[in-house]
Amino acid sequence: MLHISQLGRRFGAVEALRDVSLTINAGDFVALLGPSGCGKSTLLRLIAGLEHADAGDLTWDAGHQPKSGEIGFVFQDATLLPWASAADNVYLPLRLAGAARTEAMPRVWEALHRVGLAGFEAASPRQLSGGMRMRVSIARALVTRPRLLLMDEPFAALDEFTRNKLQEDLLALWQELGCTVVFVTHSIYEAAFLARRIVLMTPRPGRIDHELASPLHPGAEARLDPAYAALVAQIMRDLQQALTA
Amino acid sequence: MKYAPTLFGLAALVVWEAAVRIIDVPSYLVPGPIAIILAFLAEPTLLLTSLGSTLLVTFAALVVAAALGVALAIAIASNRLLAAAIQPWAVVLQVTPIVAIAPLIIVWVGNPFASLVVCATIVAFFPVFANTAAGLESAPSELADLFRLYGASRSTTLRLLRLPAALPYFLAGLRISGGLALVGAVVAEFVAGSGGFASGLAYRILEAGYRLQVPRMFAALVLLSLAGIAINFGLGAFGTFILRRRGDA
Repeated sequence: MLHISQLGRRFGAVEALRDVSLTINAGDFVALLGPSGCGKSTLLRLIAGLEHADAGDLTWDAGHQPKSGEIGFVFQDATLLPWASAADNVYLPLRLAGAARTEAMPRVWEALHRVGLAGFEAASPRQLSGGMRMRVSIARALVTRPRLLLMDEPFAALDEFTRNKLQEDLLALWQELGCTVVFVTHSIYEAAFLARRIVLMTPRPGRIDHELASPLHPGAEARLDPAYAALVAQIMRDLQQALTA
Repeated sequence: MKYAPTLFGLAALVVWEAAVRIIDVPSYLVPGPIAIILAFLAEPTLLLTSLGSTLLVTFAALVVAAALGVALAIAIASNRLLAAAIQPWAVVLQVTPIVAIAPLIIVWVGNPFASLVVCATIVAFFPVFANTAAGLESAPSELADLFRLYGASRSTTLRLLRLPAALPYFLAGLRISGGLALVGAVVAEFVAGSGGFASGLAYRILEAGYRLQVPRMFAALVLLSLAGIAINFGLGAFGTFILRRRGDA
């Protein structure tokens, strides 16, 4: 779907990314894992087209180049319009695409229903908990039925119970919708639980060290699988080696 | 606790009245509160008409300042070159004493009402402009990224993101500008003197001063203070109402 080749990005004197190469296949769930400052978010923004690379290429396979609205983005904060209801926040991408409100509303309701927020259409962000706001943000990213869902540490600010529940719901949505997900995280446990491919990144300058394939069957029960604990241990060892090398 | 300001005010009035009576201060030097109330009641229509005239200038200036402030804030938010060119000059308006330029404006503009409105607008302009400009830049960068990701044009981003984000800032600026518009109107009326528009409250203060009608002078001052307080509270309540209706407050 997407081939990233020798990508580089500088911010003044800081080299955020150097020589990053990665292939993302359609239907993948890829986690970009690494400590703060290793360029994970920059790589995600480059994929989204929100940044321009100083070096290297991003090449989309024929027919896979996403058009406007075919990339969904979920940020670390829910980043909702505080003056708009949950439904109007989810309607936003469709509104920007020129869809009339009455025509778009069934899709908005469907997206909210999918993330477990049926009945909260009229609620304002102030009336929702942190977890519910993040669900609205995910619904907003899904409402355009994107081919590619980019998520930048979306659950980092949530409590553990909410985070675990949202991780399980996200896996279920990914399996149901079949879209490609690139998920940035600095949590080893989160990356091991969610992703089919875990890409380990190291800082200064940000680069890919290597990647691991997950042996887990995706689902809530994976947390109790001994292979999950083994995968977490392996990632910890690999990251420690990469960071001390 | 809730009634503390009222009780304190009443106590101060009682002490003031008692002091002028005990010390026997002549009312042309310091009138007591009762003399001030009697001076108002002697000619209420005159003072209230003057108040109406001053408030007309104040509200006209506030509307013009708000319209100009928002328009200029949008202009500089939309164009970096324009921002670099205009922003330092907007500060000039803020730091120039209106007393110094009011005579010039009165001569240039000619029409008394328009001259007073121009002077008051200059005083009231900066807070609403500066606050709106800050508000237009206040939308989280992630939301601006989201609009870019979905291919929103600059005008759509302005309409759906930046202007709504600026609303609380604009309302806060409008509240400050409301009080300043009254100050500007009064200062301009002082400078214009008898040449002013329909003789506002500042003219009544000058006139009463010349005639040594100090209680009436105080009555006019009290009316000005009450008008200032009403404008401040009124615009505060208006802002809260708008934001609450929108679901932010």
